[in-house]
Amino acid sequence: MIVRNTTLHARNVKTTFRPELLTKWLLIPVATGFLGIFIVVPLIAVFSEALNKGIQLYFAALTEPDALSAIKLTLITAAITIPVNTIFGVFAAWAISKFEFRGKNILITLIDIPFAVSPVIAGLVFVLLFGSQGLFGPILEANNIKIIFGIPGIILATIFVTFPFVVRELLPIMQEQGTEEEQAAITLGANGWQMFFRVTLPNIKWGLLYGVILCNARAMGEFGAVSVVSGHIRGLTNTIPLHVEILYNEYNFSAAFAVASLLAMLALLTLILKSFVEWKTKKH
Amino acid sequence: MADKRKQHHVLPGFGLSMGYTLIYLSLIILIPIAVLFLKASTISLAEFWETVTEARVVASYKLTIYTSFIAAFVNAIFGTLIAWVLVRYDFYGKRIIDALVDLPFALPTAVAGIALTTIYAPNGWIGQYFESIGIKVAYTPLGIMIALTFIGLPFVVRSVQPVLQDLDQQYEEAAATLGANPLQIFAKIIFPAIFPAILTGFALAFARALGEYGSVVFISGNMPMKTEIVPLLIITKLEQFNYAGAAAIAVVMLVFSFVLLFLINFWQWKTNKKYQVS
Repeated sequence: MIVRNTTLHARNVKTTFRPELLTKWLLIPVATGFLGIFIVVPLIAVFSEALNKGIQLYFAALTEPDALSAIKLTLITAAITIPVNTIFGVFAAWAISKFEFRGKNILITLIDIPFAVSPVIAGLVFVLLFGSQGLFGPILEANNIKIIFGIPGIILATIFVTFPFVVRELLPIMQEQGTEEEQAAITLGANGWQMFFRVTLPNIKWGLLYGVILCNARAMGEFGAVSVVSGHIRGLTNTIPLHVEILYNEYNFSAAFAVASLLAMLALLTLILKSFVEWKTKKH
Repeated sequence: MADKRKQHHVLPGFGLSMGYTLIYLSLIILIPIAVLFLKASTISLAEFWETVTEARVVASYKLTIYTSFIAAFVNAIFGTLIAWVLVRYDFYGKRIIDALVDLPFALPTAVAGIALTTIYAPNGWIGQYFESIGIKVAYTPLGIMIALTFIGLPFVVRSVQPVLQDLDQQYEEAAATLGANPLQIFAKIIFPAIFPAILTGFALAFARALGEYGSVVFISGNMPMKTEIVPLLIITKLEQFNYAGAAAIAVVMLVFSFVLLFLINFWQWKTNKKYQVS
């Protein structure tokens, strides 16, 4: 007993400790039960409600013109938001992680603002800027440009709420990697872009992908901010989540849940991809 | 430090990346937020005060803060418990459960909102049992708390989990061999080590809950004075074209959130510093 190896030690204590075993078999059901009620039950409810009027109505709800145009708008929004925020994320992470400058912590805090702002306020600021009574409202109206109650407003609000996702994933990785490899590339004669694409990018690719996955999930699912700026025009300015809301408020529950099940599948896919990336990075 | 700075100058792209970052940050975040404060300042101070202290508005602050606080508190307890179970025990299906913890981050809030409302409605899967003992969940503050608990669930788990993983079990073993019982070990060794992480997770869940809209708006019932949250009130003002009023309430909420964010960052910076020293 006295000469026990410290690495084996943990196991020994665990198996000789009866109360610990008891707590284990008490705590596992409590934890899984809590997750079951709060996470699994709502997930099952979405699919069960979606299918309870039959598979034909399910597909009918997904293929009606308004649903299709909502899907299209959501895809367009994500297709613009993700590249824009990814490019920003890489630039910002590069500046913050590879260089020393004053006010770095303030900059990081400013980038985090969208996490602390209610989605409703994120929508509100763009109404105040571009709405008919907003700061640029009269100019936009005179030139017949519609941002609020239009697609540009939806995209702007989505960019706002998903702003920090990519930077936040890249920052810790790039900070940890330091600057040695990049310095070596530069001293060996690489130019800036060569250094970035051959040294930096391969090092951060999984982190980047992780950020993009999270950014995409939020971009496609954002409700509050988009709801404020969209104007809820059916077939024109409705994203998938807004379409779900309209159907639900019309008491068309099966159709609402059918469309919602698309988003639930997106969420599950996001979790699977996320776990895959985590597993990949752990292996490296 | 001087050396490090010189070395960093070898790398290209500081001007470009920094310039781009600042311009983009200003255009998307800083200027729009500044306009919000500007709009709120277009009304007189007396008017501003009247708007933000109107009985209906005050009722919504109270409701939002207290439901958010309770939800974050529930998450602090169960989140810590879940993190503990995921780090310390091995059991069948653990990896799936670990992945599912992030569902509230991945599932759009509107979907969570309609699903929870359906489950907790008086005739819903879970709501019917509460109904039979005379408790209404959907369309009451209790329903709001459930939605906010769902939304905040991952925060505490994800901030406590890595700390528990890195915790050196030697101290627990030492305490056990010295005769400490499991409760003492938890209270004297484990809890002090993970408490900062619990508090960070709590604050993040709380901050998120304060601004949450999508998951709450379906289950809350939205009755003025009773189940109306602050974000909904902002939308109501907007729909009445009372832009300045909406901005005024938003400013109050923003300032509250910013103070909270600042406290979290300050707290993290302080605990990081403490760990670096020791």
